[in-house]
Amino acid sequence: MADLLAVLYNGILRVDPKRPDWAERDRFILSKGHACAALYVALAERGFFPDSWLDDFYQDGARLAGHATHVGVPGVEISTGSLGHGLPIACGMALAAKRNRELHRVFVMLSDGECDEGSNWEAALFAPHHRLDNLVVIIDYNKIQSLGTVKEVLDLEPFADKWRAFGWAVQEIDGHNVGQIEQALTDLPAKADKPTCVIAHTIKGKGVSFMEHKLLWHYRSPNSEEMTGAMSELGVTE
Amino acid sequence: MKLAERDSRVFLVVGDLGFGVTEPFAQRFPERYLNAGVAEQNMTGIAAGLALSGKIVFTYSIANFPILRCLEQIRNDVCYHHANVKVVAVGGGFAYGALGATHHATEDLAIMRALPEMSVVAPGDPEEAAAATEAVAAHDGPCYLRLGRAGEQKVHDRPIHFQLGKAIQVRQGGDVTLISTGGMLQTAVETADALSHKGLQVRVLSMHTLKPLDAGAVLTAACETSAIFTLEEHSIIGGLGSAVAETLAESADHEVVFKRFALPSAFACKPGSQEYLRTHFGLGVESLSDAIYAASHARRLFAAGASL
Repeated sequence: MADLLAVLYNGILRVDPKRPDWAERDRFILSKGHACAALYVALAERGFFPDSWLDDFYQDGARLAGHATHVGVPGVEISTGSLGHGLPIACGMALAAKRNRELHRVFVMLSDGECDEGSNWEAALFAPHHRLDNLVVIIDYNKIQSLGTVKEVLDLEPFADKWRAFGWAVQEIDGHNVGQIEQALTDLPAKADKPTCVIAHTIKGKGVSFMEHKLLWHYRSPNSEEMTGAMSELGVTE
Repeated sequence: MKLAERDSRVFLVVGDLGFGVTEPFAQRFPERYLNAGVAEQNMTGIAAGLALSGKIVFTYSIANFPILRCLEQIRNDVCYHHANVKVVAVGGGFAYGALGATHHATEDLAIMRALPEMSVVAPGDPEEAAAATEAVAAHDGPCYLRLGRAGEQKVHDRPIHFQLGKAIQVRQGGDVTLISTGGMLQTAVETADALSHKGLQVRVLSMHTLKPLDAGAVLTAACETSAIFTLEEHSIIGGLGSAVAETLAESADHEVVFKRFALPSAFACKPGSQEYLRTHFGLGVESLSDAIYAASHARRLFAAGASL
């Protein structure tokens, strides 16, 4: 999902770090709030706050908490952490934009495991009914959730068909292919009068051989040796 | 309707309930009306999204549906973001008594009181309800508005000055105080009348706002009268009685007798009209006035004994 965020914050989202409350900004909600570390890095890179804020992430009294938190953090639209909240809020924002005849768009990123939550399917019914074509759902489909694979825990397949059946314009992409991500998020809406759902097939821990597809790294932080190894595999030299 | 005519930010979101009530608004303000369907979690998330886009949003459903099904959406999406959402529940207490315990909203005040940022309002009669609607709309932030069902009797016989967080004194009296919230106001007034026939001068306070509580009115009553009784159509846990008890317990400047009249923490095992269920649980005028008279009589005997 780091690749998805990188593309979003590198030209897709119309946002202005100098005016985080700019009324015409695109809204982005990270509904999978547990993945906030990646969001915070993207926001810092984009200039919403200094890189130094990242240093004490998750520590006592820090600015940045372990789930996406809007309080005191410019650029975080909505605090999340309990799953299944982002899409309904995004529907409300998209509806407000429609009713106000405003042109900004609302993007929301969900996890696959999060799609177990019924509230998402309430919202999935709602958005096409109200023709919210200013709404884009991006699903980080890495096929792993808290206690096992999605297939084992609560299978979502046929996943794209479900969204299509609810009335969404669905695109399936390789969530690590920058070209595909850009293409999917550039010509929006994918179909007139329909909300867009981009199912991004991803690999958890992409690019680090000992992390890829491993449930363990949903929970663990790397020690310094693992960190060095991971950075080297990713080609990060600093 | 009047609110929406005055303020273009007012937006009504309903959970597919309100037959015969919501149509005029929907027809007059189609751009500011939404039926979210039978989906309260989504309804509340949408309300937060609308409010964070500048609307003053009223969510509307009956009994427990707009609060318990979507409690976490109210906590996280509305309260945490200080979203300007007013959660309106029609049918507080036993208003839908005959529909069975699923439709008895008897823990709502306790649960809503516990949420940060949330103001909790339960008006006592139609006049208070109209004023409360204006007041919550004017208040910047989350509010819970507990209403009865249309058709309650008007209690106030003169114009009221309604202010969030300020109790309204409905009857003057120096012997004992009855504090009621929500639709128990009518019962409180009738109980006060019954007690006055027995020689007790009864003060009646309508505590339409449970949070923030008017602690000043409670403490004044504790100093000026010898007993305080709370009346609510709500569980004994966490509602008006608890809020008043918390205030009294932390203030040492009084020797007031205190008793809560509320519902046991139990499901009503029989259906019945509001009146039937109130009486069943000891919230009828007759049993209340007997119990209050006995408690305050004991107090007077005690006081007389102490002064000898």
